[in-house]
Amino acid sequence: MTTAPPQLTRDPHGRLQLTAADGSVHEGVVPVRAFPIAAPTEGIALVGEDGHELAWIDRLDVLPEATRQLVEDELASREFVPEIRRLRQVSTFAIPSTWEVETDRGETRFVLKGEEDIRRLGAATLLIGDSHGVQYLIRDLFSLDKTSRRLLDRFM
Amino acid sequence: MTRTRHSLPSPFANAPDVWQAELAPLLARDEQVVATLETDLDVHLAFSPGQVVLTDRRLLARSPGDEDWAVWPLRPGLSLQHHDHAGVGTLELHDAISRLACWRFTLAHNVAALRLHDRFAEHLAARLTGQPVEPLDEAACPTCKAPLPPDQEECPICSRELHEAPSTWTLFRLWRFARPYRNQLLAGFLLTLASTGATLVPPYLTMPLMDKVLIPYQEGHPIDTGVVALLLLGLLASALLAWSLGWARTYILALVSERIGADLRTTTYEHLLQLSLEYFGGKRTGDLMTRIGSETDRICVFLSLHLLDFFTDVLMIGMTALILFSINPALALVTLLPLPFIAWMIHLVRDRLRTGFEKIDRVWSEVTNVLADTIPGIRVVKAFAQEKREAQRFREANRHNLAVNDRINKTWSLFSPSVTLLTEIGLLVVWAFGIWQVAHDQITVGVLTAFLAYISRFYSRLDSMSRIVSVTQKAAAGAKRIFDILDHVSSVPEPTKPQHLDKVQGRIEIRDAAFRYGNRGVIRGVNLAIQPGEMIGLVGHSGSGKSTLVNLICRFYDVTEGAIHVDGIDIRSLPVADYRRHIGLVLQEPFLFFGTIAENIAYGKPDASRAEIVAAARAAHAHEFILRLPQGYDSLVGERGQGLSGGERQRISIARALLIDPRILILDEATSSVDTETEKEIQKALDNLVRGRTTLAIAHRLSTLRRADRLVVMDRGQIVEVGNHDDLMAREGHYYRLYQAQARNVDTDLDEQLAASAEAKPPLKNAP
Repeated sequence: MTTAPPQLTRDPHGRLQLTAADGSVHEGVVPVRAFPIAAPTEGIALVGEDGHELAWIDRLDVLPEATRQLVEDELASREFVPEIRRLRQVSTFAIPSTWEVETDRGETRFVLKGEEDIRRLGAATLLIGDSHGVQYLIRDLFSLDKTSRRLLDRFM
Repeated sequence: MTRTRHSLPSPFANAPDVWQAELAPLLARDEQVVATLETDLDVHLAFSPGQVVLTDRRLLARSPGDEDWAVWPLRPGLSLQHHDHAGVGTLELHDAISRLACWRFTLAHNVAALRLHDRFAEHLAARLTGQPVEPLDEAACPTCKAPLPPDQEECPICSRELHEAPSTWTLFRLWRFARPYRNQLLAGFLLTLASTGATLVPPYLTMPLMDKVLIPYQEGHPIDTGVVALLLLGLLASALLAWSLGWARTYILALVSERIGADLRTTTYEHLLQLSLEYFGGKRTGDLMTRIGSETDRICVFLSLHLLDFFTDVLMIGMTALILFSINPALALVTLLPLPFIAWMIHLVRDRLRTGFEKIDRVWSEVTNVLADTIPGIRVVKAFAQEKREAQRFREANRHNLAVNDRINKTWSLFSPSVTLLTEIGLLVVWAFGIWQVAHDQITVGVLTAFLAYISRFYSRLDSMSRIVSVTQKAAAGAKRIFDILDHVSSVPEPTKPQHLDKVQGRIEIRDAAFRYGNRGVIRGVNLAIQPGEMIGLVGHSGSGKSTLVNLICRFYDVTEGAIHVDGIDIRSLPVADYRRHIGLVLQEPFLFFGTIAENIAYGKPDASRAEIVAAARAAHAHEFILRLPQGYDSLVGERGQGLSGGERQRISIARALLIDPRILILDEATSSVDTETEKEIQKALDNLVRGRTTLAIAHRLSTLRRADRLVVMDRGQIVEVGNHDDLMAREGHYYRLYQAQARNVDTDLDEQLAASAEAKPPLKNAP
């Protein structure tokens, strides 16, 4: 794919516009991380409205400032993986269980449908899927406070 | 699409009560609220509540964190766009020039959002044309569009989602399985009572033996042989009685518990088979196998051995205490002193052990999972020479298992010796107090001896009783995992008031169907009506939702939104097994069970006659190759049909579908995995199968769909084109491009062709 930095702009409809190397203009371009958890800042594809890849960005940090900002803003508005900071309460240790949690995006509650929805990614990272398909991240299991860890431990 | 609206006596009929006070001052006198949406995210995707309200003339919204409502009157050029990605839904308000507003919410609110989105379009159109929005009398469920029963707010089909947790008194729930055996259990209980009583006689007899025989002898009296013989005979008799009663008790209760275990196992398995494919998709084989296999066994051992022992122990302790008090209350009190301490210790350790054992179970499943993953995939493992890595994975799982076990053993190992220590101390106290009492002539030596004999039993029972904690916790953990399966309500549940379809014509109607797998929307907004006997070819790139659509029609999954009707009846109101009896399914990878070919053909109709089987095989063009096999129809085939080629297996599965004579036929890439020559054979077989049935066929190779009445082209979860081959070619759209791509490759090898269509698949299925 392209190696030159992609020409991105934002139109009044809030959508990204990509001007390709051949001069063609694509509306509604969406950036997609290839490795959202393992390597969030590497490998970002710009995908057109029809789902075809238009450009590939190897690394975010080598982009010009303005373009990078556009890409990051767009990513931020699309990515929704709240990071759990604290488990306040769980309704029960059996499943389904309603969890009340504090996340980096505020407080919320969700229903855990099964223990298999808690997935381990590496030694200390957990990804928890709720009944509506939202993924919650626990980046470092060991940095949680004791109560949260004790609650979590019952499900693992 | 079914549009619904109630006649609205109040402007707030469609708004939650709590909003009324806030909305009231904002609305004009005759303004009607038609839809509301509560959002739970702000634009930066932080959790924060907001509201969007649609009235018959305006759109009002209060963004998260704002006090004031923003207002947009409905006017030409406005449009509301809805899309969702990764569990977040978005509504955007646009006019011709720019985006005016944007609201975000989690998918819990998606239904409300979609309703608001639809109503917006209706009311905007109504305002522009001056035509009033057509209200429909029939109330329909907003999620599944099924008609609601009168006077009912909640849809009986949708409200089945269950989010309550099962009760934690899991072991008591085993009573459901013990009930049929309550007479035997009662007999066992009475026998336990009697045999425990019998074991308590010997220490009692030591009292006269000491006081009336041995001590008088020491003091110079001769031994009375008659009394001694009587006492010894009593000892022997009680021992024999205890032995025979104990044998009868153990036998009866072991029989019962084995039966309870078997019932538990079969019930769990039967329930498991009822669950939808969605459940199996989310679980791992090894885990399910452990639950049904070893954990029911553990519960059974618990019931037959440990629970029984525990029960005997409790009885023994109770009876002993009674006897001790009747002999000498003061000494009895001292004897029983350590009991509360031990009870306290047991309580203390219980919680830690229970969670620990649950953990061990889960880790154990992990170990099994590694095996269940690797063994079926052994060819891949060996082909890529990854034996070492798989061994390492297993070692890792075992290491984890060890670590968890080590942790719990730390607690556990401390527990037993502590109980023993308390026991020893208890004995010491009894000795000291007893000697003091003997010295003060309050009791005889015989009484002290009897006490010591009793409490050495007593404490040894207490020691074994303390073990019950761990086994109970283990069994409870096992029971919980069993009940996790039993409590799981199938996501394709049986209807509460089933309707029956005796004769199916085969008219299928798909209304506004959407399906979501996890947070990924797989298909959406699909509308399709299929006439009886019509053959539909489903075409599209892989990942375009063809197989999902077919799975929904088979009711392997239920639609997330919308409905599927067969002969005018929602398939969710038909009993699942009844409904599937009318469906014949031929898959890309035919699965043959272990058994003879005849059994495999008759899988869907086990009582089929031999003539029927042969007729089906003939029609499926399988008859001749079956006859070439050494044992003909009685040849054994394995789980993956060893010894048969792909085409042969496929024709057996076609015969299987033919035999049940279904009105609806589904061919999911039935000819994809075979070469062109075999394909022709299979095609002939399929032509027999398709005749007169409503057929949905999925095929990569468009040439195989030449007999289809209509072709339905799908792209990224939606139907993009419908029509026959010539129409679609003339339209020069999706189908034309697919066809051209294949025509170019017509001379090339099949593999290349498949690779080409795989490459053309969109990298992102859910781009907005």
